[in-house]
Amino acid sequence: MYWDPSIEKMPLKDLKALQERRLRALVHLAYEYSPFYRRRFKEAGINPWDIRGLEDLTKLPFTKKQDLRDNYPFGMFAVPTSQIVRFHASSGTTGKPTVVGYTSNDINVWVESLCRSLIACGVSRNDIMQIAYGYGLFTGGLGFHYAAERLGATVIPISAGNTQRQIELMKDLHTTVLACTPSYMLYLAEFASNNGVDLRETKLRMGIFGAEPWSEETRKRIEEKTGIDAFDVYGTSELSGPLFTECVERNGLHVWADHFLIEIVDENGEPVGEGERGELVVTTLTKEAMPLIRWKTGDITIMEEEKCNCGRTHPRIMRILGRADDMLIVRGVNVFPSQIEHVLMQIPEVGEHYMIILDRAESGLDEMTIQVELAEKAFSDKVSDILKLEEKIAEKLKSVLNVWAKVEVVNPGTLQRFEGKAKRVIDRRKI
Amino acid sequence: MKEEKIIKQVSVFVENKPGRLAAVTEKLYEKGINIRAFTIAEAGDFGIIRMVVDKTDEAYKVLKDAGFTVSLTNVLGVEVKDEPGGLYSIAKTLADANINIEYVYAFTFGRDKALIILRVDDISKAIEVLEKENVLFKGKVE
Repeated sequence: MYWDPSIEKMPLKDLKALQERRLRALVHLAYEYSPFYRRRFKEAGINPWDIRGLEDLTKLPFTKKQDLRDNYPFGMFAVPTSQIVRFHASSGTTGKPTVVGYTSNDINVWVESLCRSLIACGVSRNDIMQIAYGYGLFTGGLGFHYAAERLGATVIPISAGNTQRQIELMKDLHTTVLACTPSYMLYLAEFASNNGVDLRETKLRMGIFGAEPWSEETRKRIEEKTGIDAFDVYGTSELSGPLFTECVERNGLHVWADHFLIEIVDENGEPVGEGERGELVVTTLTKEAMPLIRWKTGDITIMEEEKCNCGRTHPRIMRILGRADDMLIVRGVNVFPSQIEHVLMQIPEVGEHYMIILDRAESGLDEMTIQVELAEKAFSDKVSDILKLEEKIAEKLKSVLNVWAKVEVVNPGTLQRFEGKAKRVIDRRKI
Repeated sequence: MKEEKIIKQVSVFVENKPGRLAAVTEKLYEKGINIRAFTIAEAGDFGIIRMVVDKTDEAYKVLKDAGFTVSLTNVLGVEVKDEPGGLYSIAKTLADANINIEYVYAFTFGRDKALIILRVDDISKAIEVLEKENVLFKGKVE
């Protein structure tokens, strides 16, 4: 099933030609209408006419999160406010807030993009979709809302939180698709089972999870616990909101190349080799209100350009492996929380919730402690068994992270649960 | 019946931080459960409380409901005279039968008796050899 087959299956050659045309137009528009990009291009000594093809893309400077903060609130916009129909804003957990704006056409492209994705992962107009992403300034709720509506599915706009109610309505209204963060799904599943609700007995058949990095092992856990199919979704407010999901092949997320041009770069901003991991950089080819050229997403992934078995020609990105700015530096070693999650999920003796605590000893050495909940069935009255388990986890972590972490098992149910984006790192190091 | 000679020990996982022991014992106190033998094995950031109580099933349930990680463990009770050599004779009996003692703790009761709680790697064999020595605790923990 396709939403827009002529675009989704467009031969790669034609797709690249379309991208090239749109890139040329974008550069001229940005130069003409965005004070920010005009300044940026001049500083870099770039004339819009220098950009003729996709191979010229790397001549353009990157756009970074800091640029959005520095130009808060309107400095990044290329249209007057009269043409903007909606604002969204990020909460600014990592700094000053950032604001994004949309023209009517921007909203349309966003909705159409997510519609293509929803169809690709198997949502249909017969589905009843419970949207448990936050509604409001966060793009998750409204993004899914309008796409699901345009698709013709039935929307339950419940927003995030109030788990008791989520489960009630899920049962009463026969929800078939749930959209929320993966950590909230885990919480909801646990809540359901503690309250004697078997999600397998509901009509829920799939979930679309994103807004935070999650692992393949988390997918397995969710699927085993609840019997649903779990799909990954990606998008950021700067690009519009939730945009891309896996198709039914579940081998990467299709990035709609007629609207978004992607690259993967290393720490120095140089393109990585084929199939290598690096930071996702996106150029918005059709956004009007806030066009972004070579936007550094901060998300680490791998790109796959091979045509997909589903028939779509658009490139795919693999599951987000972590955020460049989530990266922790522990004793000089780069550590992504997602790597830790990946290890923990493979160990059946512990639960899926965890915390990472960083301290600096008086000696100046970093100490990383991973707290994880002991699975009920793994409890032994012998201290040595539990110490052995801690040791086994520490060794597995060491083999992946290249740095030692102290592992502490704690009572089930005692680590913090998160209803929105999980914050699992407590950094107590004094620099 | 071997079953009758086995004592059910309540084992509870506790994080090593203030108030955990109080939380466990408060639950037992509320239900009027009496602790007869008690020990904590501590290992840095966590500990395991092991105890023999008068109302085992009730203790298990109340702790479980309160969210503790708790299990029942099969242990043996051995009655010895509260005098030199008491533990030695037991330890030797088990050693001669090549049975490993995983942990042991004891308390005295009455005027001159000690009850030793043992967890061993082979409980049925241990029952057999201790039976012969006629030292196995046969009473009820009350």
